[in-house]
Amino acid sequence: MHYVAVSLAMLLIGTVGLLTRRNIVIILMSIELILNAVNINLVAFSHHHGNAAGQVFAIFVIAVAVAEAAVGLGILLALFRNRETVQVDEIDLLKW
Amino acid sequence: MNLEALFFYAFTALALGGALLAITRRSAVHAAISLMVSLLGVAGLFLLLKAEFLFVSQIILYIGGILLLFLFVIMLVNLDAGRGLRQFHQRWPIGAAVTAIAGVAFAVLWSRVQLPPAQQMPETGNVELVADTLLQDYLVPFEVVSLLLLVAVVGSVLLARKRA
Repeated sequence: MHYVAVSLAMLLIGTVGLLTRRNIVIILMSIELILNAVNINLVAFSHHHGNAAGQVFAIFVIAVAVAEAAVGLGILLALFRNRETVQVDEIDLLKW
Repeated sequence: MNLEALFFYAFTALALGGALLAITRRSAVHAAISLMVSLLGVAGLFLLLKAEFLFVSQIILYIGGILLLFLFVIMLVNLDAGRGLRQFHQRWPIGAAVTAIAGVAFAVLWSRVQLPPAQQMPETGNVELVADTLLQDYLVPFEVVSLLLLVAVVGSVLLARKRA
């Protein structure tokens, strides 16, 4: 199952982007990468087990990813209108 | 090397290369285009796994929908001001270390897994199979997801709207 290795590599690339970048837009793209890695995994196991349930779950993951991207980018627009920045370490209003 | 393995490595190179470029580019537009390459590679992997319906919905929804949303937001938000700044925040070694630990843990766990023998998909078409599973076994989650999408779209319009 080479597909699981591809999925793991993509998950790790997405996690590095999520945890190290400063730009919120790139962080949202990294979340999309992570969700895509999950989808590869679901479809690969669906193929292996000969059962379409994995592909149905992948459809749910895509739907949730669309909802997440819409809400995330809406929040980003509202944030940019208020704070004039998209760098995550400059948005420290709620920091202790 | 047979043709399927060749296509597998080509699509994998597209998916992982695009992902690497997407998280390292300085310009957000370049990152979005690299993300598109990566999503196309993933769509190709879906095709190799005989998930034709997901292949089409990946291209239509991700590349036609989400990526367009990203490009519109990049256009609305002035990202060029951040081009000359640092791209990675100060505590990036912690993030990289957490990722490395998680990667090693997943690889060790995966190397211990014993998979049951592979089984064949039923011979009916993929779209038919997915539709039957979705609308018979998973009808309630399907309706919940459609409600979630409605709430998310209304919520994002409310969030992004200018204060009256």
